[in-house]
Amino acid sequence: MQSQAQIAVESVLEIPPETSSRAVGASLAVNTGADLLCSLLLQAGVEVIFGYPGGAVLPIYDALFHAPLRHILTRHEQGAIHAAQGYARVTGRPGIVLATSGPGATNLVTGLADAFMDSTPLVVITGQVVRHLIGSDAFQEADIVGITMPITKHNYQIRDIAELPQVVADAFYLACSGRPGPVLIDMPKDVSAGPAVPAHLPLPGPRGYRLPSVPEPLAIARIRAVIAAAKRPLLYIGGGIISAGATELLREFARRCRIPVTTTLMGLGVYPEDDELFVGMLGMHGKYAANHAITDCDVLIALGVRFDDRVTGKLERFSPHSVKIHVDVDGAEINKNVPVHYPLVADVRDVLAALNADPPQPDTEQWRARIAGFEAEWPLQFKAEAEFLKPQAVIELLAQATGGTAVVTTDVGQHQMWAALFYPYSRPRQWVTSGGLGTMGFGFPAAMGAQVALPDATVICVTGDGSLQMNIQELQTVVENGLPVKVAIINNGFLGMVRQWQQFFHGKRYAQSKIGSPDFVRVAEAFGALGLRATTPSEAAAVIEQALAHPGPVFMDFVVREEENVFPMVPAGKGNDEMTLEWEEV
Amino acid sequence: MERTLSALVNDRPGVLARIAGLFSRRGYNIASITVGVAEHPGFSRMTIVSAGDDATASQMVAQLLKLVDVIDVEDITREPVVRRELALIKVQTDKVTRPEISHILEPFRVSIVDVGHTSITVEVTGDTQKVDALLALLEPYGVLQIARTGVTALLRAAARESQPGVRIAEGL
Repeated sequence: MQSQAQIAVESVLEIPPETSSRAVGASLAVNTGADLLCSLLLQAGVEVIFGYPGGAVLPIYDALFHAPLRHILTRHEQGAIHAAQGYARVTGRPGIVLATSGPGATNLVTGLADAFMDSTPLVVITGQVVRHLIGSDAFQEADIVGITMPITKHNYQIRDIAELPQVVADAFYLACSGRPGPVLIDMPKDVSAGPAVPAHLPLPGPRGYRLPSVPEPLAIARIRAVIAAAKRPLLYIGGGIISAGATELLREFARRCRIPVTTTLMGLGVYPEDDELFVGMLGMHGKYAANHAITDCDVLIALGVRFDDRVTGKLERFSPHSVKIHVDVDGAEINKNVPVHYPLVADVRDVLAALNADPPQPDTEQWRARIAGFEAEWPLQFKAEAEFLKPQAVIELLAQATGGTAVVTTDVGQHQMWAALFYPYSRPRQWVTSGGLGTMGFGFPAAMGAQVALPDATVICVTGDGSLQMNIQELQTVVENGLPVKVAIINNGFLGMVRQWQQFFHGKRYAQSKIGSPDFVRVAEAFGALGLRATTPSEAAAVIEQALAHPGPVFMDFVVREEENVFPMVPAGKGNDEMTLEWEEV
Repeated sequence: MERTLSALVNDRPGVLARIAGLFSRRGYNIASITVGVAEHPGFSRMTIVSAGDDATASQMVAQLLKLVDVIDVEDITREPVVRRELALIKVQTDKVTRPEISHILEPFRVSIVDVGHTSITVEVTGDTQKVDALLALLEPYGVLQIARTGVTALLRAAARESQPGVRIAEGL
């Protein structure tokens, strides 16, 4: 186990060889614990920190004053951690967050929970009160290690500066390896202000941490045989393929075996939308054909997924006829929600590489024709209007204007589902959404972090009028840093998904879902950004063109039909094949 | 059914909190948990008694293994194990009942660890059934206080080689 863990940190973190940060970090003058922290972060390949200063991190900020580390000062710690998530999601490298003790640390909780659910690698550093005051309810003291135990992959409190080099090495290794996730390091102020000596970043080796071994040939052979004998096989793939860097292997496997592919919300981009084998997203707001395909398949090949309730619908009706194969790097996902016949705890890269060496050849021609029939029965659709703007039309216009190549981030709700369904994703890490936790306020700061990582990319935040107002303060950060994020506000005057559920399941009693907004155009202008508004399809096309041509950040306020709904919809407690396709007033 | 899990964990601050938190968050009951230093410094062994069917038990094991500080876990419910619990029982006594109680205690091979004018405290070690049986017999005399350690357990020599703890020797 030890030898397995002792992989050079560079290879895990994929530090580009041209980066000199490792050498710079190693040669940084180290007098204090904070200096040592900066040196170790540099040695781990860190280039950007998203953070917010405060009392308990003053020594660290003092060290940052001289260290060659870029720091993005957000307007709220939640903005900082979502930005770091955006950075991590588009690069695959860990996002780094720095916040002070107490409220600074607790403001990170939502982002940590979000990153934990969506397996996003983060290394989060919080300040803590001085050691002798810990436990005394000191000013700005919070037990952040206790609070974040269930929402981090692991966390640490540094009681002795001598522990720091190993902890930093282990933290990066834990965050990035296996099933990635957030790791928190809590640094008491007197530790970071106290004396320290220079240190090289050691090899990581967290005792007790294990990664799955390479799968046995026999396990691969069994899976291959099951797939070869399948008549109606379906690949059900998710974010685990992206984390594992297995996109190309997956595409090769699907094409060589001629097996149709459905993805989860988190797996969008792994398989190109325009490929004939692509059935689309499945689940509560999945495509009609995808939900029927998963119900009817006879062999379900689940790779890097976790059988989330938004995917399975009613468990008794979930893919009831299939033999299930499940490959995941996290052993606790096996048989958690759905019992499977062929579980395999492994790196999905290893499994796909082994299968591709001799791909099974099931005859899927009839099955693919049947899926095409599902698609013909109810292709993804909405009723467009010439004079009024439909939210789906906005997404289609964004797709056309960007050629489907933009990085898209979202918040949570109706706009998220429309962005998932109507934008054609073609590459991994192109789509950044809050999938598991469903965090409103995620999209805008995530877009900011994505733009920091990819300064030349077109980054669009598709958001709602409700969600944007949850972290709208980050417009100041975006403007200050010259980040040309384009924000597409699907403004329907409602918390749209809440309203949709109230319409369907609560007798149209719209309790607290009608939400007011400021004039987003003037808000943008007040922050020094460009604000544009559209109320018709033709205006929307013009606004998008103008926004994409603008070198700076833009708020695009798309005033859309208020009571538009997301379809298909699998109502809670129903099976995936029991979709609602349109709403009829009873 | 009742489950006994044996876990080898890093002896670090917060490990018990991580494990207790995991059980409460996932909705698993903890009937008892015992923790003590293991055979090598830096490690602790925990014995957790919980309840659940086979699927629940394998989820418990998998979730525990995900914790970085957990080195190894095994569901030893169906394994040949030595299972022991210690209880201290304070029973009301007087001149009349004391000899009777002594008779009851005899076959249990307990130690009387404290004697007062109106009560005695006995120490009993054994499996849970033995402790429960003694308690039931003492109940009519008035049990004043009980302190039980909860079950601790180890695989018997005849059990398979994957016993938690073996891997310490492999240089973890």
